[in-house]
Amino acid sequence: MKLPPITNGFEIVYKKPDTLTDTPMHYCPGCGHGVVHRVLMEVVDEMKIQDKTIGVAPVGCSVFAYNYMNVDMQEAAHGRATAVATGIKRVLPDRFVFTYQGDGDLAAIGTGETVHTVNRGENILIVFINNGVYGMTGGQMAPTTLLGMKTTTSPYGREAASAGFPLKITNLITQLPGALYVTRQAVHEPNAVRRLKKAVRLAFEYQLLKKGTCFIEVVSNCPSGWKMTPQESNKWMEENMFPMYPLGDLKVPSQTMN
Amino acid sequence: MIRGKVVIAQDICKGCELCITSCPQESLGLSDKINIKGYRFVELVKDNCTGCVNCALVCPDAAITVYRQRKEVFKANQNMKKAV
Amino acid sequence: MEHTPGTSEIRLMKGNEALAEAAIRAGLQAYFGYPITPQSEVLEYLAVHMPKRGGVVLQAESELAAINMVFGAAGAGARVMTSSSGPGISLMQEGISYMASAELPCLIVNVQRGGPGLGTIQPSQGDYFQATKGGGHGDYHMIVLAPSSVQEMADFVFESFRLADKYLTPVMILSDGALGQMMEKVALPPEGSLPFIEKPWATTGKKPGQKRRIITSLFMQPEEMEEVNLRLQTKYRLIEKQEVRYEALETDDAEIVLVAFGLAARICEKALTLAREKGFKVGLLRPISLYPFPSKVFASLATNAEMFLVVEMNAGQMVEDVKLAVEGKRPVHFKGRMGGMIPSPEEILSEIETVIENEQVNT
Repeated sequence: MKLPPITNGFEIVYKKPDTLTDTPMHYCPGCGHGVVHRVLMEVVDEMKIQDKTIGVAPVGCSVFAYNYMNVDMQEAAHGRATAVATGIKRVLPDRFVFTYQGDGDLAAIGTGETVHTVNRGENILIVFINNGVYGMTGGQMAPTTLLGMKTTTSPYGREAASAGFPLKITNLITQLPGALYVTRQAVHEPNAVRRLKKAVRLAFEYQLLKKGTCFIEVVSNCPSGWKMTPQESNKWMEENMFPMYPLGDLKVPSQTMN
Repeated sequence: MIRGKVVIAQDICKGCELCITSCPQESLGLSDKINIKGYRFVELVKDNCTGCVNCALVCPDAAITVYRQRKEVFKANQNMKKAV
Repeated sequence: MEHTPGTSEIRLMKGNEALAEAAIRAGLQAYFGYPITPQSEVLEYLAVHMPKRGGVVLQAESELAAINMVFGAAGAGARVMTSSSGPGISLMQEGISYMASAELPCLIVNVQRGGPGLGTIQPSQGDYFQATKGGGHGDYHMIVLAPSSVQEMADFVFESFRLADKYLTPVMILSDGALGQMMEKVALPPEGSLPFIEKPWATTGKKPGQKRRIITSLFMQPEEMEEVNLRLQTKYRLIEKQEVRYEALETDDAEIVLVAFGLAARICEKALTLAREKGFKVGLLRPISLYPFPSKVFASLATNAEMFLVVEMNAGQMVEDVKLAVEGKRPVHFKGRMGGMIPSPEEILSEIETVIENEQVNT
């Protein structure tokens, strides 16, 4: 949709960035993926780095992320996004490289790749969407599923005795010297989106320092998987997900660089 | 108050209502009509938008474009009111 | 080979090291690998020499990660390779299938060891099926070249990169632990003798006004997925037409044709000499490209030769392709050793004598 920049004394103060394609997103109503895609591409747009940015899409709901983010992209095998991104960044060290991964992709099947990519301090940005459930395959238990939380594969609620504990992988990778900037954000309300955008901007800028991996977890919702309306899902997220996955910076560069 | 307006891509909107909740002016509401995807889409229901951008920020489908009155137009209008 | 004669450098090297040195000279830009016997020298050699010569070498956390790093780097347009042995190659099957589908060029080296399972570190040819029939999920092939000397370990690196770029496909060098470890004289082509080609499809960053590049193996609509499959199959038919490679030794008057690849072919060469000394009319056919398999040559051989004896260091894998190629026109016998055991020339000679005797009894 092309709209005039100025009309009748009014000017555009917010529009979809050109770095997002016009393809309508396939995500369920109210899903946080769309917001995170847009924020990433807004930063790419504002930094004017579309020609230097290469993204890696995961397997999961955001498997088609490359249909929406208007940059060169590669589609990785399940869990291998950071390995693919390592391959790209190592041969094109002056490009901005990011991965976009869900909790199943990054914290279950891709745990090895995640840990070692960060431990090598690859100069990439890892965007990790944590909604505690496998969305694409229909709402199965994820490594980040909360205790007691019902999913199609934990129908009586996740029990630690058999299914283990929610994996706080972001806290785990914070311990690694290769991690430069680690933060946990959300997109459930306008100010959270503003904060996420600042974090993404920093993470892209930090890539120029070549001092380590930037890791942004976005605690997000899954209205379909959680079987709630979008509003209910955001409220539930604030009440249940945030206590387990508190928002804020876990590691900022000054700590690393001194 | 500075005036704004929003343009909603009605065919893209999935009616998740997150923008409605985030609007401090309560300017937005669900339409009674449905769009091509089968969703009731969001529309401006009150003419009190300030162009604060909150709705666009939380929109998962990048369906909202926000306009705001240009500062000079706003000031000129204020001055005109004073003069009247 | 494409390198200019006379400019090569002669060195005495291990197979694995010759392969690694050849890769650098062939313009290797990135190597991702993981240690496993009997191929670790490839990674070790590159770790010493790649940084000095401006390339990337990275020891990954697993073969799974390594092959996906290869995916990323290949997608970004680099000349890239990895190497491993059986168990590691098994882990790489996921990435190889993805690369075949996404049509990414790269070189994968399998210095085979005995299997199945963790197996043994001794040389074997047990991964023939895995290499030539696809190995991972879905309908695909890699071009598979089987060296039988240290010289070919080096030469085939150039050939593999050239083929990978030409057909946009993963190419495998299927070697084994003995070829990897043995030392021989090798002529190494000069650096820079393999040109780079334009890769407009590579994800290097979307240029203004140009279409962006997407590298994917995901095609959700069945019509589209079939389209991709048809394109791959067309490519494979072309490869089968154009890239068959084999070596025929004394097959013109041969009554019994030995068929063997790689290390087994070297041993068969000696067995052939011994057999000829005894008056047996024996020839040797050595498939060099295992995929595409040199099926057609068997049709012509089957008109003169009376029988075939396939010799492999496995339980009988290539023999199936030989039987398909011979189409029942002549008997196809098999002699195999497994688990890292290498047949001796005498053993093969005695097998030749046995099958000739049996055929005479039967006729």
